[in-house]
Amino acid sequence: MSHTVQQTRPARPDKGKRAVSEGKKAERKLGLLLCAPAALVMLAVTGYPIVYSIWLSLQRYDLRFPDQQKFIGIDNYVTVLTNSYWWTAFGVTTLITVISVAIELVLGMGLALVMHRTLVMRGLVRTVALIPYGIVTVVAAFSWRYAWTQDTGYLARLFAPEAALLTERVPALAIIVLAEVWKTVPFMALLLMAGLALVPDDLLKAASMDGASAWQRFTKVIIPVMKPAILVALLFRTLDAFRVFDNIFVLTNGAQQTGSVSMQTYNNLIKGLNLGIGSTMSVLIFLAVAVIAFLFIKVFGTSAPGGDGGKR
Amino acid sequence: MAEIVLDKVTKRYPDGALAVSDVDIQIADGEFIILVGPSGCGKSTTLNMIAGLEDISAGELRIDGERVNERAPKDRDIAMVFQSYALYPHMSVRENMAFPLRLAKVDKATVTRKVEEAARILDLTQHLDRKPGNLSGGQRQRVAMGRAIVRNPKAFLMDEPLSNLDAKLRVQMRTSVSKLQKRLGTTTVYVTHDQTEAMTLGDRVVVMRGGHVQQIGSPQFLYEQPANLFVAGFIGSPSMNFLPATLENSELHTPLGAIPLTDRVRRLAEAANAPREVIIGLRPEHFEDATLLDDNEKSRGGTFNATVDVLESMGSDKFAYFTVEGETATSAELDELAADAGSADLTDGGAQIITRLSAASQATEGAETTIWFDADKLQMFDPSDGRNLTYTE
Amino acid sequence: MAAIGAKTRWALIDIVVVVYALVPVLWIVSLSFKTKETLTDGNFVPRSWTLQNYVDIFNTTVFLRALVNSIGIALIATAIAVVLGTMAAYAIARLDFPGKQALVGVSLLIAMFPQVSLVSPLFEMERGLGLFDTWPGLILPYITFALPLAIYTLSAFFREIPWELEKAAKMDGATPAQAFRRVIAPLAAPGVFTTAILVFIFCWNDFLFAISLTSTEASRTVPAALSFFTGSSQFEDPTGTISAAAVVITVPIILFVLFFQRRIVAGLTSGAVKG
Repeated sequence: MSHTVQQTRPARPDKGKRAVSEGKKAERKLGLLLCAPAALVMLAVTGYPIVYSIWLSLQRYDLRFPDQQKFIGIDNYVTVLTNSYWWTAFGVTTLITVISVAIELVLGMGLALVMHRTLVMRGLVRTVALIPYGIVTVVAAFSWRYAWTQDTGYLARLFAPEAALLTERVPALAIIVLAEVWKTVPFMALLLMAGLALVPDDLLKAASMDGASAWQRFTKVIIPVMKPAILVALLFRTLDAFRVFDNIFVLTNGAQQTGSVSMQTYNNLIKGLNLGIGSTMSVLIFLAVAVIAFLFIKVFGTSAPGGDGGKR
Repeated sequence: MAEIVLDKVTKRYPDGALAVSDVDIQIADGEFIILVGPSGCGKSTTLNMIAGLEDISAGELRIDGERVNERAPKDRDIAMVFQSYALYPHMSVRENMAFPLRLAKVDKATVTRKVEEAARILDLTQHLDRKPGNLSGGQRQRVAMGRAIVRNPKAFLMDEPLSNLDAKLRVQMRTSVSKLQKRLGTTTVYVTHDQTEAMTLGDRVVVMRGGHVQQIGSPQFLYEQPANLFVAGFIGSPSMNFLPATLENSELHTPLGAIPLTDRVRRLAEAANAPREVIIGLRPEHFEDATLLDDNEKSRGGTFNATVDVLESMGSDKFAYFTVEGETATSAELDELAADAGSADLTDGGAQIITRLSAASQATEGAETTIWFDADKLQMFDPSDGRNLTYTE
Repeated sequence: MAAIGAKTRWALIDIVVVVYALVPVLWIVSLSFKTKETLTDGNFVPRSWTLQNYVDIFNTTVFLRALVNSIGIALIATAIAVVLGTMAAYAIARLDFPGKQALVGVSLLIAMFPQVSLVSPLFEMERGLGLFDTWPGLILPYITFALPLAIYTLSAFFREIPWELEKAAKMDGATPAQAFRRVIAPLAAPGVFTTAILVFIFCWNDFLFAISLTSTEASRTVPAALSFFTGSSQFEDPTGTISAAAVVITVPIILFVLFFQRRIVAGLTSGAVKG
């Protein structure tokens, strides 16, 4: 974005970050020292396990039959990738991700505009909007579950008194999407609001003077200017949605083929105690997420947030 | 009170960039010295090296004859005023000003006395218990000054202390800074990119460019005897007019016509071994409306006819702008000055000449006017290295 | 007149937002106050009110123990993550050192990482190390996944601090330690506090690790314990008690949101959007 920003003061290369004295070496040492603990923890808890899980995924390793542990190459991958349950879960996850992120983008943009522009009760709106973000997902999921449970729920009574919606596949998926959307719209809205704040008021005034209608100002000025913020928000939410677990666990427990890939992995691991298969799924999910991130960054040109670290 | 000496001070960054190169400056006790130059000329780096906020790569910095290169800022006994004022937002004005004294473990009664005294001098008494966030720009600036003066340091360093103020306040504060410095008699090094500030404030001015000192001298001397094109163009507002010229048989062929050299100019040009192609410089005040002069006066210079593009009447005098057909003077120095002024791409079709005429001039916009210029005040520069061929010590 | 019209319109829109955000929360609160008899009447507002559900959960060790686990684990993980994150963020925002970009990149990767991918190997590793079903067994992954959040948020805050103040303090005669303690720390405190809130919310919220890396009351947190309420009390409908427990763990979130709305918004947006 820097090319659109007019520098208000002349750039002064003789000042700035470099002004730290006390010698470069000491600074480097201090920097490394300060980062070391965080880096070590992150690497120990993610780096090593990733490698370990790749190794596990190449083993036959069922905790119920630990004696039969054996290196079997890519057999686990063949097993998983030829299994219809995996593909069903993959399809469900993709579906939930695409639909909920799409709805979130629209509602999130709406909420962002409301929070940014409302003339009355701005503090209240912003406060209240944070509640879905902050609330424990499981709590919210229980609220939705009871709301849609036959007899118990007010929503069930209102919309479908005769049906047990959570036990039917399509309605159950819709409710999962609803729960996801409700919880994450505020987060999306906050990210988008930060983007909105980057649109200078003068720019909108100029657009009005140039004869743009409200809708044109939105599509021709606001959206393009905040495109980086939108892409970052989409990236974050897509990756997050792909991990969907809590809501499904509470709402349907994966019944009626509503399980996500995370549910499949959990079931194989904790319920089935099959570490080999569980790890294989772990690796596959990791790869899927990596592909999504790659697509966002390469195809849409999403800039990694904070990626320009030291500058600015 | 202190004398500060920079002896071949150099700043080289780890990536090899040379920010300041072999700077030699002797600052006398009590002197008010200005470092001036365009963005990136190394003036702030130089100041930070004096402060101890940046390491000195080579050379020596002496305060009162003692080498202080290795001393931490706090052990140099120097106070600094920053461009952003750098007031501590979580402390009141009083606490801000008391901060250096408290760090120096001065007893409470003395702290109170000194803070109140400084507040009185700077007219801040009624604001002592407010937070910096609630002060106006001018008040913040004064708090920053107050924090610097409370502890009677050996020297003040000021890094563009007025550049965040609006124009009117800036002029006002300029006077008070000057008065304060005279009153306290403390050695002061002042960095600015504004040549007007440099001219009005300093006992002496150091003009810097690309990490090198271009010239050191009193404001008047720099104005009258710029060492090179860069100083000539940087000092003075409106700035000096530059035109390309060819030197032939003691005559200059310029877009203004042929100008015979005066004795003074010829002598200096010969001594300096002037090349054939030169750049001539004329200050706006060395022009006049020819109709206002008698023949005797006119004979000391040349005249030319041109159409007035723009006429700005300032009351006391008039600024007339002309476009002179033909080539414009080009050199690395002039390009850099234009870039710094943000006018690099504004020169279209011919050179612009700014002249300062008497208020009595009848020149009008769009009308052709005869303009006289003082050929004896003309300066001549070598386009290849920018050196002033008419420079005299 | 136009202004009044616009205000009314905004007020209506605002009310929609408020209803949207509050209804599911109010519903679970309502359930928690319903008596056993009216629990399944499908009414949004309880017909008869009772505190029995709360009495019940606070009388069971299952819930109390889970609450202690939740609070303890979240607090410890938050404290450690914020300390480590502050150190790293200071270095990232302020210092120049090799590997800085790599660290930023790694944290970004972890922020995007599918947590479920770690469940399998961590499950196996923690069993081997004796960390399975212990507090540290949960604290470690929490710290790991909270660190990117902490580092981003904090380094954004740190970049906002006018570091010229540090120079000013040095010129005023402060040692580096004094400059940090008396000038920088007071300015950094709000950012650190905000980050702590965000990290706490993250740890408090987690379900996947809590359910995968625990097996008993020893370290099961409330979200995980909630899902077991269902199975454990077969003879009794657990809806009321689950709702009560859910309300209890929602209270701290509501308090945070009420008191620190501005900070949370600033924290979330500053860390995430710096394209």
